[in-house]
Amino acid sequence: MKSSGLIAGVAALAVGLGVLAAGLWLAGYDAASALAALWRGAFGSWYAFTSATLVRAVPLIIIGLGIAVAFRANALNIGAEGQFYAGAMAATWAGLHLAGTAPAIAIPAVWLAAATAGALWVLLPAWLRLRFGVLEVISTLLLNFVAESLVSWMVQGPLQEAKRIYPQSDPIAEAARLPLLPGTRLHLGAVVGLVLAVAVWYVFRRTVWGFELLATGTGPRAARVSGRIDIGRVTAFALLWSGAIAGLAGGIEVGGVSYALFQNLSPGYGFTGIAVALLARLRPLAIVATGVLFGALEAGAGAMQRDAGIPAVAVYVVEGVIILVVLLADAMARRARTAMVLPDAEVEPA
Amino acid sequence: MTPVAEGAALVGFLAASVRVATPLLLAAIGETVTERAGVINLGLEGAMLAGALGSALGARGGPWAGVAAGVVAGALVAAVFAAWVVGARVNQIIAGTAVTLACVGLTGTIYRQAYGAGGAGLSLPTLGPLAVPGLSRIPVVGPALFAQPALTYIALALVPAVWWVLYRTRVGLALRATGEASDLARAAGVPVRALRFWATVFGGALAGIGGASLVLAQVGTFAEKMTAGRGYVAIAIVVLGRWHPAGVALAALLFGAATALQFLFQALGLAVPYQFFLMLPYVLTLLALAGAVGRAEAPAGLAKDE
Amino acid sequence: MTTPALELRGITKRFGPVQALRGADFTLASGEVHALLGENGAGKSTLMHVAYGLVRPDAGTIAVRGAMVSPRNPRDARRLGIGMVHQHFTAISALTVAENVALTAGWPLRPAPLRARVLALMERVGLPLEPSAAAGGLTVAARQRLEILKALAADATILLLDEPTAVLAPPDAAELLRVVRDFAAGGGSVVLITHKLDEALRAADRVTALRAGRVTLSGPASAQTPQSLAEAMIGSAAPVPPGRRRAVAERAPLVRCEMLDLSREDGRGLALRGVSLTIAVGEVLGIAAVDGSGQRELLRAIAGLVRPLRGRLDVTGPVAFVPEDRTTEGLIGELALTDNVVLGLGRAAAWVHGPRLDWGAARDRTAALIHHFGIRAPDPDVPAAALSGGNQQKLVIARALELLPRVIVAENPTRGLDVRAGNDVWQRLGAAADDGAAVVVHSSDLDEVLERADRTVVVAKGTVTVAPAGAGRSEIGAMMLGGPGGGGAA
Repeated sequence: MKSSGLIAGVAALAVGLGVLAAGLWLAGYDAASALAALWRGAFGSWYAFTSATLVRAVPLIIIGLGIAVAFRANALNIGAEGQFYAGAMAATWAGLHLAGTAPAIAIPAVWLAAATAGALWVLLPAWLRLRFGVLEVISTLLLNFVAESLVSWMVQGPLQEAKRIYPQSDPIAEAARLPLLPGTRLHLGAVVGLVLAVAVWYVFRRTVWGFELLATGTGPRAARVSGRIDIGRVTAFALLWSGAIAGLAGGIEVGGVSYALFQNLSPGYGFTGIAVALLARLRPLAIVATGVLFGALEAGAGAMQRDAGIPAVAVYVVEGVIILVVLLADAMARRARTAMVLPDAEVEPA
Repeated sequence: MTPVAEGAALVGFLAASVRVATPLLLAAIGETVTERAGVINLGLEGAMLAGALGSALGARGGPWAGVAAGVVAGALVAAVFAAWVVGARVNQIIAGTAVTLACVGLTGTIYRQAYGAGGAGLSLPTLGPLAVPGLSRIPVVGPALFAQPALTYIALALVPAVWWVLYRTRVGLALRATGEASDLARAAGVPVRALRFWATVFGGALAGIGGASLVLAQVGTFAEKMTAGRGYVAIAIVVLGRWHPAGVALAALLFGAATALQFLFQALGLAVPYQFFLMLPYVLTLLALAGAVGRAEAPAGLAKDE
Repeated sequence: MTTPALELRGITKRFGPVQALRGADFTLASGEVHALLGENGAGKSTLMHVAYGLVRPDAGTIAVRGAMVSPRNPRDARRLGIGMVHQHFTAISALTVAENVALTAGWPLRPAPLRARVLALMERVGLPLEPSAAAGGLTVAARQRLEILKALAADATILLLDEPTAVLAPPDAAELLRVVRDFAAGGGSVVLITHKLDEALRAADRVTALRAGRVTLSGPASAQTPQSLAEAMIGSAAPVPPGRRRAVAERAPLVRCEMLDLSREDGRGLALRGVSLTIAVGEVLGIAAVDGSGQRELLRAIAGLVRPLRGRLDVTGPVAFVPEDRTTEGLIGELALTDNVVLGLGRAAAWVHGPRLDWGAARDRTAALIHHFGIRAPDPDVPAAALSGGNQQKLVIARALELLPRVIVAENPTRGLDVRAGNDVWQRLGAAADDGAAVVVHSSDLDEVLERADRTVVVAKGTVTVAPAGAGRSEIGAMMLGGPGGGGAA
């Protein structure tokens, strides 16, 4: 099963790139130089790799991990974008107030604020699901818009820079900024991403709670009856942790990349993160790989636009196609599995 | 502010509400049909965007050619989504997200290719307001409701039309049965898969018109990612309107009013941050969901992966 | 001699290891009400499913009004004028009564004409309902009426009713039977699948009894008595085989119920009232009950899955539960055997250390269980869905016993298993009792219960009655079916 997942993933990537190449060629672009530019922008140099690809990979990996936690329990958190912004807002606010403290205190404080904000942002959907059975898909989705509006207000109001010229906040305190890898723009958040991936892997594979997530997601009735698992609680907590992690991603982006809050801080990380998690089959260590992959795609897209004149957004086509191919491969695999009927067919209920 | 000026601001606000609501209403009515069949189409945003671009490209042959192109573009996007969701029976949420993602990329790329990287506004033949003789002279309501572009009238006409099909025809009954209990519907002889497929395509087609109306009757040009989440807002409108055409129409107007409210407040000199008006409809929808109203009314078989 | 409305000849059907029908014949004359009797699993539903196109027989012929047919699905059957009302409701809750009828019958939806048409139909057959009412809000009796209306609206001349009065209170049941008789008087033909003897005798013209897939009796109802019917359904009052039959009085109770009231699973009213029961150390208590009598609620209450409405329930833990539906409530098919064992043992398992789970230990233990219980699986990593039914059940029981339970609750644990697998299950349960557990088992196979249990209680008509010691098969069977004494309090 593990190897078939990898094959499907690679195939999906190939198909995605193929679709991109075909489309570009049809549209009259030079597909070969476009793909070459894509590669260069992502992996062409050490600087490109660290400061373009990996920097974009960090929020994708972290959000992807958060989404994996929720999706494992079949709690479909589509609100990572909003949770990211909630975290970014809290991080900015905290970061602005932490001038003069030691980085060893400021940085974790910012992270804590960000994660808490993210969890709070998903609290309402979690409660609605627990209490009323409301589809979290819709409630989390709605809150994305609220978050974006909130950010818009913040950067034109309470959090706006002192000069009041642009819709953005003042830069956060030096103490709250994440150290960089010298010579690059890669920040400490990369370490957080790796540590988090290992932590989530550990939770999934080695803890009782991680198993309860899986049982709730794959067989809720059996989980309830045979496992005596409180699936309502498990789902709610899955959502809360998912929101916290997505919020943390927002805080790390502020602390390591932008140092300030403004609109469109996220180029859709919350949605691309779903692709990252899904392509990795919700496996935390694989999410590091797929996060880097999508980070590479988006980094390369920038170069593709500069050098080959192809709009960066074209890379979204690749991402979308990758998800669709993976979905299709999974559906076909599922069909093949259920077709392997056991020798003793079940008796028709009397 | 003088009463006359206030009155003018009010009329302007109402007219703006209806105008802003039109693309939302079109997409939401389409999605109502889709969700009544049991499918939730998060690719609606992509369909709308595709319709917007299609209408811009097609407008070379005149505004109505643009609308037609918008319909086709939206329907095609929805057809791809439907093939995955109804044909291969994959998870609807994830497939919809993927489709929208791909559409954002596709439309952005095609736009640049067709119009260059300029970013300047296109000069497109637009659909101006079409005053209904007589009715448009009714004070206040007249200019607001009866001096709108033709697409608005189409959108408004679709509300009773879709209602009639859903509740007064056999096809509509079969569709509703499919969305409530597809296995029972199938047992009763309903062609569940075909119905779901075409209901989804229909939804996409209407979203395409919505995109076309955004370009040709509201903004006047195409810009990348111009739908700015309206497709998702349409899904929220369906929930707020409780999956019923009349409710959806009211909810769409509510969203339109909430957006237009900011202009009214500006005109009246009130300094309320406009973002709160943007947030208002979503918060309202969440409250409606919390009131257990939304849950009770959703088609019972919505988003189930068969 | 007029052509029979429906004639089934030599119907044979096998489902996996189970032979559901063995060369069954069934003839339904025009204008008659024909009762089809049998216990659970006797094959009566299956026989009618054959006529309705839901099941393809392995052998045998079907004739409708003299013409040979082979309906491949319900739509074919409906076209032949056959309508079936199932045990489970097929109306769509969110739609109205009129809409449900229109959907099945293909009627146009103009509200006024539809309403008039539906009302006319209701008038004609004597089943009044409010056409604009939502189907989901109807009472059980009303929903039953809707199901029949749907069948009739599609112009059925042959009605197959599967246990129509099973969920109805006596007055509603009587009303339904009156409607059925009127329908037959008007020229329609009705098959009444039932396990209620008195109902068959009262309402039917002819009766046919099935036992283990074979027709054991067929003839005019007037020539039958409750005893003759019971014997045809259940078999003669053979002497009780030795079995376990050990005296378990004077032992410490591990389960004690006092004046328990339990509400129905579907939430509509009470399933059981005033139940008082004890189960002692080392005892195997058998539950004899017809499906839907409330035995499920009782078992699940003892297992701790549902809370009683009233009364006192003391159960000494740990309690192991073997659910009836192993594929949806017992096991998670797509997960490995190891995962399923871990699922069943929860946080009390040996491989759980605080928040940590030692999968290596869990896997080793699962492998040991596989070996010890003779489960046919290559390794503990295969998904549970890959196992045969018998092996799945072995796993469920192995897992249950791993809990070292003091009380074991088993819901129809031999359902869908062949004889050997079923025997294995009973052996394990018996061994657990010998080791000191209290075991309570329900099986829809009465023979099993009587052979294997130390003591039997009958759950029927909302109460639990202890079967008299030494009671025979037909006696207990009659108690399950409501007995010749007729209706007790619900």
